[in-house]
Amino acid sequence: MNVIEVDRLVKHFPIHGGLLQRRVGEVRAVDGVSFTIAKGETLGLVGESGCGKSTVGKTILKLIEPTSGRIVLGGEDITKLKPGAVWPHRKRIQTIFQDPYSSMNPRLAAGTIVGEPLENFDIARGRERDERVAALFQRVGLRPDAMRKFAHEFSGGQRQRLGIAKALSVSPDVIVADEPVSALDVSVQAQVLNLLIDLQEERGLAYLFISHDLAVMRHISHRIAVMYLGRIVELTTKRQLFAGPLHPYTEALLSAATAPDPRRARRKRAIVQGDVPSPAKPPPGCHFHTRCPYAVAECKVDDPPLREVAPGHHVACLRRLPGGDPGPLSR
Amino acid sequence: MDAILQVRDLRTQFDTLEGVVRAVDGVSFDLARGETLGIVGESGCGKSVTAMSILRLIPPETGRIASGSIRFEGEELTTLSEEQMKRLRGHRISMIFQEPMTSLNPVLTVGTQIAENVVRHMGVSKKVARERACEMLDLVRIADPRRRLDEYPHQLSGGMRQRVMIAMALSCDPQVLIADEPTTALDVTIQAQILDLMLDLKEKTGTAIVLITHDLGVIAETAQRVVVMYAGRQVEEAPVEALFDNPLHPYTRGLMRAIPRLDVDAEEGGRRPRLQEIPGLVPRLTQPIIGCAFAARCELATDRCRTTAPPIVDAGGGHIVACWETGL
Repeated sequence: MNVIEVDRLVKHFPIHGGLLQRRVGEVRAVDGVSFTIAKGETLGLVGESGCGKSTVGKTILKLIEPTSGRIVLGGEDITKLKPGAVWPHRKRIQTIFQDPYSSMNPRLAAGTIVGEPLENFDIARGRERDERVAALFQRVGLRPDAMRKFAHEFSGGQRQRLGIAKALSVSPDVIVADEPVSALDVSVQAQVLNLLIDLQEERGLAYLFISHDLAVMRHISHRIAVMYLGRIVELTTKRQLFAGPLHPYTEALLSAATAPDPRRARRKRAIVQGDVPSPAKPPPGCHFHTRCPYAVAECKVDDPPLREVAPGHHVACLRRLPGGDPGPLSR
Repeated sequence: MDAILQVRDLRTQFDTLEGVVRAVDGVSFDLARGETLGIVGESGCGKSVTAMSILRLIPPETGRIASGSIRFEGEELTTLSEEQMKRLRGHRISMIFQEPMTSLNPVLTVGTQIAENVVRHMGVSKKVARERACEMLDLVRIADPRRRLDEYPHQLSGGMRQRVMIAMALSCDPQVLIADEPTTALDVTIQAQILDLMLDLKEKTGTAIVLITHDLGVIAETAQRVVVMYAGRQVEEAPVEALFDNPLHPYTRGLMRAIPRLDVDAEEGGRRPRLQEIPGLVPRLTQPIIGCAFAARCELATDRCRTTAPPIVDAGGGHIVACWETGL
């Protein structure tokens, strides 16, 4: 059962310029993204800076309004709901940030911060709230007596535990986790990843896990969507993605990532040249053609659709369409 | 070994409101000519302070090199005057940092900044220095270098800026390049380009590199020898293959088991495995650490570990470890 369905989601940010601050263009941060996440599943959303992965997260959280497309949460279309009407749905979708500290009021005790959503959503107050918060603290590995401490008294990993406890407080179905372990040292990162997996298995949570780190993705995801310049270029199971990537960008990402193995590392890598083009001026046709080692003339013109080319394996590449020339990448 | 840089029992301390922080607490290593030495560790382990100490960039108002020796081509750096250090920095010892934008001057063109360094250290004319700058941009594979000379840092992408920093750092043919997290702020495809470039340039120029990073993947990819630091101390040092094949210190072992693997399908029967956690937290550096700094988090720790600092044990083949319990 899908707890969230996203269909052709688009978010364009206007660029204003000139003396009258007229609209002179737009940044196509998200340019037609579709995916679903089932109960108990982690969908990893991976890509480099500016690919639009965080904007996807913010849009489905309704922190920003989509330009077009559809967001269906637990069977209900929430795309067009105004802030007041979307409020009850916020209980079902919560978020964890990279830096939880920036979202915590430094003058409130940790227990108050974690218990805030319980009051806001009218779930529990007073003593009942305190008991629930104490249980949440315990569950995420914090001592209940830490409820009286302030955010600055916690370490980075402990603050992330606070952020997780707060997100869990309203028993959501979906959690959008945007780079939740990127700021943590590896020994602490392992603790937080283990906690996230345990909580998912316990409560059937669905995660949209946004990260640039492929090793973390491989560890926590069930399926992975690879984004490049506002579009999903490949979406498949973790196993298929690592065993046989079909999009040249995915291949480049996997090849570029470093691994803690000196023998694997000293191989000749396929390094893509150049920088990511600006999302305000994405190249025509396939957005990746300017850096793609296999690009042919058609790639500069035709916009490749995301197609299912094998069961559960979606890719947006002209060479993967029926009749396309799979070229040197095929296995 | 023909060491170009010798660090012996380096101790660097900072004064804070909570007391003296022993950021680096007894680090020793040699850097051979043309070698890439990696220094790896988590936040606060003292790896960056080690680099700053070598460059003598510890702010004198708050910190100092308390003891130890740093010899560069036989010359003791800890006693040099600031004037003498200025002649060395950016010339014979160079550096690049994580965020190039903070080290580039936003109001000067890239060409002017590289040429400035060349004029200062090589004593050549501005015209010659500009030619040198152009040559360097070409060397770091910036397309159309002559046009780029007249651009400002904000006009360049993050990867391009790091290339400019590398060009500047190498413009006066340094013997040693200190790179502190040079690719941490970059995207993975750009990181691959920069690492590839650094290795290629090392081959071409013979510059020895001290590469400081928290990323074991970057270490595996680039370093020939590795120093592992924990809480200001050096806990292990080994050739890169030996370190990854046979890590000896419990902390190094813990780190390797804690990282999710990109290159291994770790699933067992479709279930995601648990990562090995290192319990507890890094000790506070404001109190002197009695015994082994890792003892409080180590599953092998005995009373001896908690009371007496472990000696450096030689495991052979250039592999040394500071641990009582390795069985050596």
